[in-house]
Amino acid sequence: MPRTQQDYDDIPGTFVFDAERSRQGYGINMFCMSLMKDENRKAFRADEAEYLKRFPLTPEQTRAILDRNYNRMLELGGNIYFTAKLGATDGHSFQHLAALMTGMSQEDYAAMMLAGGRTVEGNRSKSGKDARRKAGAKRKAGAKRKAGAKRG
Amino acid sequence: MARIIAGVTTSHVPAIGAAIDNKKTDQPYWQRVFSGFEKTKAWMAKARPDVIIGIYNDHASAFSVELVPTFALGCAPEFPPADEGWGPRPVPVVKGHPELAAHIAQSVILDEFDLTVVNKMQVDHGLTVPLNLLCGSPAQWPCPVIPLAVNVVLYPPPTGHRCFMLGRALRKAIRSWPEDLRVVVLGTGGMSHQISGPRAGLINSKFDKAFLDNLTRDPKKLTRIPHVEYMREAGAEGIELVMWLIMRGALDDKVDEVYRFYTVPASNTAVGHIILENRRGK
Repeated sequence: MPRTQQDYDDIPGTFVFDAERSRQGYGINMFCMSLMKDENRKAFRADEAEYLKRFPLTPEQTRAILDRNYNRMLELGGNIYFTAKLGATDGHSFQHLAALMTGMSQEDYAAMMLAGGRTVEGNRSKSGKDARRKAGAKRKAGAKRKAGAKRG
Repeated sequence: MARIIAGVTTSHVPAIGAAIDNKKTDQPYWQRVFSGFEKTKAWMAKARPDVIIGIYNDHASAFSVELVPTFALGCAPEFPPADEGWGPRPVPVVKGHPELAAHIAQSVILDEFDLTVVNKMQVDHGLTVPLNLLCGSPAQWPCPVIPLAVNVVLYPPPTGHRCFMLGRALRKAIRSWPEDLRVVVLGTGGMSHQISGPRAGLINSKFDKAFLDNLTRDPKKLTRIPHVEYMREAGAEGIELVMWLIMRGALDDKVDEVYRFYTVPASNTAVGHIILENRRGK
């Protein structure tokens, strides 16, 4: 059954962890939760694919975990507070993961944050519908000009 | 009678906790953040609350996806710091106030807020980082803390309006406690941030500043913000701001804003902080 469309699906670059994704991603999140125990981290590191068999995962979910494809994990029902535990098991800082998900180098991502973060202008809506509504009062051109500026 | 003297809100960024634990607070990056809480610590020393109600969210520490309570009230005598993957934070155990907590649970449930009673729970950075920001790093926290964990991880969190009304019910519960206690309500989380997906790093200072303004002057306006707008404007994880409305609902309509601080960034997050005093509480 295809995913029911939600109002927040229009937000770009965002996978909202809703009840449907939570149901779908139970195995991903419980796998990540298991990494809170050192003995499990050791078992996972020793044989990742074998360890993952302990959890109810689809082949796509297993692939996403083995590939450390964090956006795909979110899309398939992972939640960031859980998947961050996988990142920590790999010895990565959170900012490393954030940079990875945005497709930026960690250096560029950190610089973007120091400069005030990613602007919301131009990043509100996939359809552009909301961007127009929000920016309407302040003239569209101004909002558009700013859109590229802080994308890093 | 117990009374709420003030409400405080602050972000609860884990990296702030890491900076404290790893003694990096003197670095210029972190000085910018911590300098904003010097006045807060002085205010706390003067306010001398007898109890803090600590509204926060758990980050896959006490609650996994096995069980996701929308509102969970800590009724235990104590709440040890959780191991979030690097060992428990070297902070004091949070001592609760089981008698008052049980009273609050009974009062708000009869007031139609069906919260979950928790008799055993570990608390993560969501609660302990704000306690550091308010109290520094003492050997013991200065007073008992009743944790109120709110689900903001699994969508949908409770609405802003529901949170505000829970604050109202909390206030009623506290006022009906016979002992003369000074209570501070602490709302945590936010402000704008998104830490997941390709849009990670989003910050919206304009939204945050308007939120702070309205928190003082027109909180009812904030209770009408739909979830999709929080996520669109303040980032997917910025939706945590609904927790601030529990704090605000627990205060009187008219309050005095005695302090405010805002800075970008701490790690991936805009840090916002405000202290609101009840006029009658003085």
